[in-house]
Amino acid sequence: MYEQTKLQEIKQKTSDWQEKSVAKLLSKHPESRPVFTTSSGIEVKRLYTPADIAEIDYLDTLGFPGEYPYTRGVQPTMYRGRPWTMRQYAGFASAEESNLRFRYLLEQGQTGLSVAFDLPTQIGYDSDHPLAAGEVGKVGVAIDSLKDMELLFNAIPLDKVSTSMTINAPAAVLLAMYIAVAQKQGASVERLSGTIQNDILKEYVARGTYIFPPKPSMRLITDIFAYCSQNLPEWNTISISGYHIREAGSTAVQEVAFTLADGIAYVQAAINAGLSVDSFAPRLSFFFNAHTDFFEEVAKFRAARYLWSKIMRERFKATNPKSWMLRFHTQTAGSTLTAQQPENNVVRVALQALSAALGGTQSLHTNSRDEALALPTEDSVRIALRTQQIIAFESGVTNTVDPLAGSYYIESLTKEIADRAAEYIRQIDEMGGAPGAIEKGFIQQEIQDSAYRHQKEVEAEELVVVGVNRFQIEEAPPSGLLRVDPAVGEAQRQRLADLRTERDGAKVAQCLESLRQAASGTENLMPLILDAVHAYATLGEICGVLRDVFGEYRAPDIL
Amino acid sequence: MATIRVLIAKPGLDGHDRGAKVIARALRDAGMEVIYTGLRQTPEQIVEAALQEDVNALGLSCLSGAHNHLFPRVVELLREQGAADILVFGGGVIPQEDIPDLKAAGVVEIFTPGTSTVDVVEFLNKHVNVK
Repeated sequence: MYEQTKLQEIKQKTSDWQEKSVAKLLSKHPESRPVFTTSSGIEVKRLYTPADIAEIDYLDTLGFPGEYPYTRGVQPTMYRGRPWTMRQYAGFASAEESNLRFRYLLEQGQTGLSVAFDLPTQIGYDSDHPLAAGEVGKVGVAIDSLKDMELLFNAIPLDKVSTSMTINAPAAVLLAMYIAVAQKQGASVERLSGTIQNDILKEYVARGTYIFPPKPSMRLITDIFAYCSQNLPEWNTISISGYHIREAGSTAVQEVAFTLADGIAYVQAAINAGLSVDSFAPRLSFFFNAHTDFFEEVAKFRAARYLWSKIMRERFKATNPKSWMLRFHTQTAGSTLTAQQPENNVVRVALQALSAALGGTQSLHTNSRDEALALPTEDSVRIALRTQQIIAFESGVTNTVDPLAGSYYIESLTKEIADRAAEYIRQIDEMGGAPGAIEKGFIQQEIQDSAYRHQKEVEAEELVVVGVNRFQIEEAPPSGLLRVDPAVGEAQRQRLADLRTERDGAKVAQCLESLRQAASGTENLMPLILDAVHAYATLGEICGVLRDVFGEYRAPDIL
Repeated sequence: MATIRVLIAKPGLDGHDRGAKVIARALRDAGMEVIYTGLRQTPEQIVEAALQEDVNALGLSCLSGAHNHLFPRVVELLREQGAADILVFGGGVIPQEDIPDLKAAGVVEIFTPGTSTVDVVEFLNKHVNVK
């Protein structure tokens, strides 16, 4: 970006500065550690100058927001038009209680819904399944049938809100229930907007709510892509997630690399299933973590956008600019929240959220201060939402697009992350892409090694965690935490028992049999699942049929 | 001195295994023999594995809130099987107010977020008697 003679002069003066000013100071006051690194082990220099970004061609690698390669953002005006969507992940206990929390959040100015499901729902078991004991309504809302879904969205017009559902293995079933509720409300299905997570590959390596083996799982995903491209044109069919990979312990570079490698696998699977890339790629969305190393996070978001645009345009030959754009949701890093001095988490969340805003996120969830202890209370959730409202409406960071661009450090780090992630992707390609690398245990092992290294660094106090390994105090046990009433499980089982006697059993059996036959063949399963859902077949019954036909995944145990 | 054998287990449907795996590795690095069950184990499966592997200690990890249901059930099954000598400890997102009841049910110690692996190693070295 600078002319050669000027650069030479800058380099010369930098080394003069190192030899004179820096050396003189170091002889008296050494720095606090011998080497400074980011979470990804990228060495951080004492000072960055124009010489560090001399190789970067502005027009090729940065360009303009809303234009290829989108390093500076996916929209031309970014938050000057409107801020990111503020979307707090919520849901617990029964559908009725979650419905009240949703309506509260909408009244408080939240602009999109985000549904947390309990573990039995996420793993395709009804609330009365033996494995569901103790788990019903705990980490999210329990949904057994369309009946629960009707209660969950009661008095919330589905054509007026956008809804994100954190659901993966049984995503097709929950999407079908959402469509069915919309149909019953009289909302037009083609206007529905929202996202299903639907990202099975990261479940195998980081999140754990898989059901079926990879092949039929990929088929369900491509069936959804095909169905939505015809019927729900505004629906984000997948949220390719690095969030959980990072929570499981990966570095920022690994988060970008493994997420984009998963993305490549989905695109390839859909192309193999006969879809044209531009028919589904504009509806792909991503989900990243906002972690503690502030500048590395900002650079990470920019690097991910840059890499994805190249992958889509050069590797997959997409021609629609919307296919090149990496649009993403961000959540602040749950694993950085401390149980010690939990009020400090408000500050951690604010910094992490700020990195997401400076990184150009499309939507954001800010964690609540008490989440290392329990599900958040309403007060905690409100503070978390206010945190992003303060960033969006008070801080001024939204007034210009990509404000950190041009920082010698940020640009140098963005390039370094992109280069290192591209190298990982090349390695993963050699293993047959993400599915092959997962089968070999490569991605799992990389994540676990990073997690263990991090733990050791904290214990050696190479990394400071305020309140945990430094600045500890004696504390009274926390009070006022949210508790899920254990009666929720019993009520849910009773509702299920009532449903099974009230519904048309013959109709249910017939729908499930049609689904069974179709699952053994190749036709798109979405319409059959939608029929079954309308007949009030339960989630467990539908997934049970698919378990019979597809089998179940067993994870290799890698330590 | 004989080596301490530990089973690290994930009861229930919770998929958060970062903590369980970090603990397993730290115990292994501290010279213990460690077996990890993997995800989604029922209390029955965990107890069966503990007996088969003839372990001295059993670590349960749960971040889904189902600990009050799952941890006491594991202890109860161990007692039924005449294996009450296996030391049971636990970890995860577990509210302080639940800890007294879990301890009363026979879970010897609960480690919450922020615990150093060094403390877990020390705890086992102190409490496990290897014959």
